[in-house]
Amino acid sequence: MTAISEAVQPPRSEIGVLGWVRKNLFSTWYNALLTLASLGFIYVVLRGLLTWALTTARWEVVTTNLTLFLIGPFPRQQVWRVWVCVLMVVLLGGLSMVAWGAPGRRHKWIRRWVTVGWLLSFPLTIMLLHGFASSSLLPLVGTSYWGGLLLTFLLAIVGIVASFPLGVLLALGRRSSLPVVRWFSILYIELIRGVPLVTVLFTAAVMLPLFLPEGMRVDKVLRAMVGFTLFTAAYIAENVRGGLAAVPLGQYEAARALGLSGWQVMGLIVLPQALRAVIPPVVGQFITLFKDTSLVVIIGLLDLLNIAKSVVAQPQFMGLKREVYLFVAVIYFVFSYAMSYASQRLEKALGVGER
Amino acid sequence: MAPKSSVSTISSRVVPFWRDVRVIRILSQVAFAILVAAVAGLLYSNMKRGLETRGLSGGFDFLRLEAGFQIGEGIAYDPSDSYARAFLVGIVNTLRVTIVGIILATILGVVMGVARLSTNWLVNKIAAVYVELIRNTPLLVQLFVWYFAIILKLPRVKESIVLPGSIFISNRGMALPWPVPTASFRPWSYWLAAAAAVAVGLGIVCARGERRRGRPPFSRLWIGAAFVILPFLGWFLTPGGSPLLLNKPALQGWNYQGGLTLTPEFTALLLGLVVYTGAFIAEVVRAGIQAVPRGQIEAARAMGLTEGQTLRLVIFPQALRVIIPPLTSQYLNLAKNSSLAIAIGFPDLFNVAGTIFNQTGQAVQVIALIMASYLSMSLFTSLLMNLYNRRIQLVER
Repeated sequence: MTAISEAVQPPRSEIGVLGWVRKNLFSTWYNALLTLASLGFIYVVLRGLLTWALTTARWEVVTTNLTLFLIGPFPRQQVWRVWVCVLMVVLLGGLSMVAWGAPGRRHKWIRRWVTVGWLLSFPLTIMLLHGFASSSLLPLVGTSYWGGLLLTFLLAIVGIVASFPLGVLLALGRRSSLPVVRWFSILYIELIRGVPLVTVLFTAAVMLPLFLPEGMRVDKVLRAMVGFTLFTAAYIAENVRGGLAAVPLGQYEAARALGLSGWQVMGLIVLPQALRAVIPPVVGQFITLFKDTSLVVIIGLLDLLNIAKSVVAQPQFMGLKREVYLFVAVIYFVFSYAMSYASQRLEKALGVGER
Repeated sequence: MAPKSSVSTISSRVVPFWRDVRVIRILSQVAFAILVAAVAGLLYSNMKRGLETRGLSGGFDFLRLEAGFQIGEGIAYDPSDSYARAFLVGIVNTLRVTIVGIILATILGVVMGVARLSTNWLVNKIAAVYVELIRNTPLLVQLFVWYFAIILKLPRVKESIVLPGSIFISNRGMALPWPVPTASFRPWSYWLAAAAAVAVGLGIVCARGERRRGRPPFSRLWIGAAFVILPFLGWFLTPGGSPLLLNKPALQGWNYQGGLTLTPEFTALLLGLVVYTGAFIAEVVRAGIQAVPRGQIEAARAMGLTEGQTLRLVIFPQALRVIIPPLTSQYLNLAKNSSLAIAIGFPDLFNVAGTIFNQTGQAVQVIALIMASYLSMSLFTSLLMNLYNRRIQLVER
């Protein structure tokens, strides 16, 4: 019986580092060729990039203008207001991790308060940043002073928060049994999805002042926000529609059989299930929106990318476009990647697709 | 008696009309329609007043006026041409970059998607890094990097980078050899047309045979062969020398003459769109291939198919069905994203229309034109792809 425990060990070339290399890099002759070609490619790219980044590149353009990149022309004495907002979000984020990270029902009340906190944080942030005309503590900082990464985030957050309810309404409208409502929703969704975001932003920037009664002025940032909201709502609507279609018909029938009214069926049974299922695509939409905010360059708002453009236009930083645009790309990458990573974690935590 | 009376009370109870579902349905729709019409009417009247105060007239008559601005590249155009002609130049430029972009992005995406599934760890990771890097940065930033940080920083024309096959890369764009038709191209084109006709005919015969007897009467390779052999024969049989000559670019004065010269703007936009969309297509392809059940591959192997046959006959046809719908939306995204050309100064449809708007101030008409162009492009693409989709979905029982 001891023969089993004394079984022959696999040969040395099958285990350990050597085995791994053999199995994953040199399993066949064409894999070996591919590996060598890849190594050559990596060597060329990395050598070029590192040589440039460590010797030729002049990174002082980034360090000198760091504040400009982050908040744009926001008044420097008022920067503490931005910090308070960041602190609030970080605090809420930490609390959320505590509340949702641990299993069990003990944290139910924390969850409730954190949700309320998140809901309140949005108007609070806007109020804190915008301030009031006749206040000495919070003097007015007009939207034309919002810029940099701050503006990028504000555009994305306002866009997603405002477009979500509109998107849900459009999705419900598209599945409505009332032909007028259904056709209106289909027309809106397909029209918006058929044209580029730039044209929607351009329309919002150019047409909004035309549509409004005389004397009513809308500032440029708000126009962009309206454009993003109208655009994103159509995409959110399609995501939500997918979620609605995924709710089994039996759920509707069971709810009707229990005597719930049409509104109750939607609000209590169908929407909660549908919305839970669409969290991942909606987060994906949020990431897309975050990246798409860079398009406001075209209508002249001072977001992160436009600040970068204005930095390289300064005479003392002429010709440093590589450094600046690469830095901007890295910032966008860090936040987008973090968000997509968080959304994968959230997906797992919620067990979407498992139940 | 009691049951009877209760029955009669139920049937005779008249539902008041404001609780009658049918009436509610109609009334609510009418109310919605009136609301939409009222909002639209309000916006329209505001717009009309706004246009009047700005002194703008309606209609599309302004399109016939002289444009008077330069356009960097595209079909024949002169600043003395009309706005309509300028707009057409923009549309053709958009189509040019979109069509070439779709073809190249598909190739890149398929290669990267397959690489993403490679058992070779290094190849797999390179593809993964490519996909994650590209998908998580905005296209506009990538375009800026391509245009300002890479292409405009290339060496000057005199010191161009020379690639094998007479390809010259400099900060004035890219010059490549390009075939030009000669005098004998016209007679040769009849051979080409004949080859196409023969190939289509063979295809019909083949499909009919397959429908009747369950398998094609001859290998489908013959169709391809007919399409290649006939023009090849014609190439030598046509009098007057070869119908196409490869025109190589050569440095003359300040820039390259001959061949095909791609402007820096076009190159940057094309590179940006291809690399960006390629990353998304790679994910689509990967998801499609992974959607094929593992058992299919094992069964194919068990039946003795080679690796190539498994890929070609089992995995690919099934993956294609999953791939086509999301691929369509990536194509549409590429077409729509080409509007970012304005940021690097490529005269596409949106850029030209923007200039027209700046000169004429006709906001409503210009925006309507832009939207109509993009909408019809989107509709046409999805129509084509839906037709193709229906064709390959038919295979399923």
